[in-house]
Amino acid sequence: MSGKISRGTLVIDVERCKGCDLCIDACKPGVLTMTETKRNAHGYLYPELSPGCTACHACALICPDFVFQVWKYDEPVTHEETGDAA
Amino acid sequence: MNVIRTDAPPDRAAKLVDDFAPPLILPGEHHLCPGCGEPAAMRSSVEMIEELGFANNSIAVFGIGCYTSFSPGMDVEVLQALHGRAPSLATGVKRMKPDTIVFTVQGDGDMVNEGLQEVIHTAARGENVTCILLNNGVFGETGGHMTATTVLGQRTKSSLEGRDAKLHGFPIRISELIAQLDGAAYVARGATNTVGLVWKTRAMLKRAFELQSQNAGFTFVEILTMCPTGWFIETGDAPDYLAQNLESYHRVGVIKDIGLETAAS
Amino acid sequence: MSLELIEGSEAIARAMVSAGCKFFAGYPMTPFTEVLEGMAKELPKVGGVCMNAESELEAIGMAWGAAATGARAATGSVGQGLSLMQESLAEMCFAKLPLVCLNMARGQGDYFQATRGGGHGDYRHIVLAPCDLKEAVRLIQYAFHLADTWRNPVMFMGDYYLAHVQEAVDTGPIDFGPLEPKDWALDGSSSGHGSAKIVSPIMPTKRDAPHPILYGEYLGMVADRQAVIAEGVEALAETGHTEGAELIMVAYGTPGRIVRYVVKKLREEGYPVGYVRPITLWPFPAEILRNACRDAKAIAVHELNSGQMVEDVMLAVRHLPVSKTGGVSMDESGFGIAPDLTPTIVRERILKTLANIQEQAA
Repeated sequence: MSGKISRGTLVIDVERCKGCDLCIDACKPGVLTMTETKRNAHGYLYPELSPGCTACHACALICPDFVFQVWKYDEPVTHEETGDAA
Repeated sequence: MNVIRTDAPPDRAAKLVDDFAPPLILPGEHHLCPGCGEPAAMRSSVEMIEELGFANNSIAVFGIGCYTSFSPGMDVEVLQALHGRAPSLATGVKRMKPDTIVFTVQGDGDMVNEGLQEVIHTAARGENVTCILLNNGVFGETGGHMTATTVLGQRTKSSLEGRDAKLHGFPIRISELIAQLDGAAYVARGATNTVGLVWKTRAMLKRAFELQSQNAGFTFVEILTMCPTGWFIETGDAPDYLAQNLESYHRVGVIKDIGLETAAS
Repeated sequence: MSLELIEGSEAIARAMVSAGCKFFAGYPMTPFTEVLEGMAKELPKVGGVCMNAESELEAIGMAWGAAATGARAATGSVGQGLSLMQESLAEMCFAKLPLVCLNMARGQGDYFQATRGGGHGDYRHIVLAPCDLKEAVRLIQYAFHLADTWRNPVMFMGDYYLAHVQEAVDTGPIDFGPLEPKDWALDGSSSGHGSAKIVSPIMPTKRDAPHPILYGEYLGMVADRQAVIAEGVEALAETGHTEGAELIMVAYGTPGRIVRYVVKKLREEGYPVGYVRPITLWPFPAEILRNACRDAKAIAVHELNSGQMVEDVMLAVRHLPVSKTGGVSMDESGFGIAPDLTPTIVRERILKTLANIQEQAA
């Protein structure tokens, strides 16, 4: 994953999510993945973000539960190989 | 996979592109099913109202259906109507307050079953209101029953073997029906199953509201939405189901446009 | 005071306009059609809107929308058309919306529909029943005042006679006193400021209200309101010749006028008969009726139906026998023109009833 660039990032309100998966297919860069075992307080799986977000806000537009807050970086962020970038 | 922290806003310089919900949607649960296509339609509707500057001058007339849970959940003046009746109430509101933006929010069961006569007459009269139809081919709130727009083959609790023309007749293409009326200035059908169609739907809603503000006549935006619960399918499969089953009969696109120039066009 | 000789429907239309009615929607049906015609003529003159709705259902829907904006709105029909409006009437009571609704009835068969309501749930509309045009042009204006005071639909009971008689009346505005401002009304301006209003028969609050009221609780509140309205609206009735009356005749509307006339004549001839003419059918003037019956041995109800108001009379006065002298009376048009509504026949029936009473006493 070295050198991956994120133009944007998200705040994900995990507790609102109802695990519907719509954001996964909607995300053009394909940087959203549903958790496999982690669940929110209601028992739903929820999406996690990996590097490469373009701030296209497709996820926010399609999400039925208003889970996403979309941010666009002033300067794109390049991720280190192992990075957890904030 | 590198998981990026998403529990707080970024700590480096960034601009907010989209908040969780638009300001006109009040915080709190709407209690709709996982994978429901209606919230995206509601979001786009109010965002277009905000974008056009009508946020302080709008009145929504709600029908009865799952989407009714938005009627106490929006920072827009709401007149709650009965099942099928929103177009006549919207008419009364607009006639008394012609300078406000008046729009209805109705489902297919509400508008095309119970209230078919109301929307047709309101369109024929060319009332300067915008009717928004959230069409998922089922009566969602009662648990998923056949409506006048349910497509052939669609399984619902009242058409368990799939809608059969011999038993249940044919679905109504309501947008095409309304487009025939001279009073209808703009008729379009969008959907919320893909982001591309959400964008197209937003443009349709925007044009409809704009035309209303110019007293162009009756404007109508039908929005196909997912109802995985009513369709007996997985939430993730609903967008494709909509594309294959609903869109093939209720075709997406602008069906009628009187071609009036607006500030944005 | 300026009197003009005008036909009933026109007079009622003018009186509505004098009351400040700005919206009217109707569907043609005899004998309501003429009121719609009158409003179509008069409302535009004052910047109001009169709509020839495509159905009764849509007529009340439009009036509902107009009323929600705070405008004085009215609709109406005949009993048959009002049957189509029942759901909306009920829900407008739940939504606490003012509305004036005319029933230019065919006969008097719609008493139950008006006073009980033909819709669902716990509600009542206020019901006013004039007996002639002079009373009608006042009561229709009073109807708007009551509707606004109580935020509830008010039903105005007219009929074919009222629609078609010509009387010399003054349709000028009447001031019934100050009213609360309609701060609940919608005009779009509270949208987008964090406190947008809602007018709803299901719930009166938005999700972020400090004390949201949910549907079940709201239905209880609405039901409780009926008792408040019943207490608050002054029950009205006209009474005459009740002192020493052994028989009290009860009749409303146009028959009330005929019965009043016959009773007056009978009294002059020495017969011990009096009358009570309810003017508010809901709240029913039970107390007035009871007082009028202080000397009575019996009550007879003269209504042009098989017996509807008679039930309210029995509920109000439990210790006296109540009989019926009326009955369905229709000519071939079915419009409510009653061949039996003539002083001769009414007199015969009252005398027969009196004779029965005296027989029983003997």
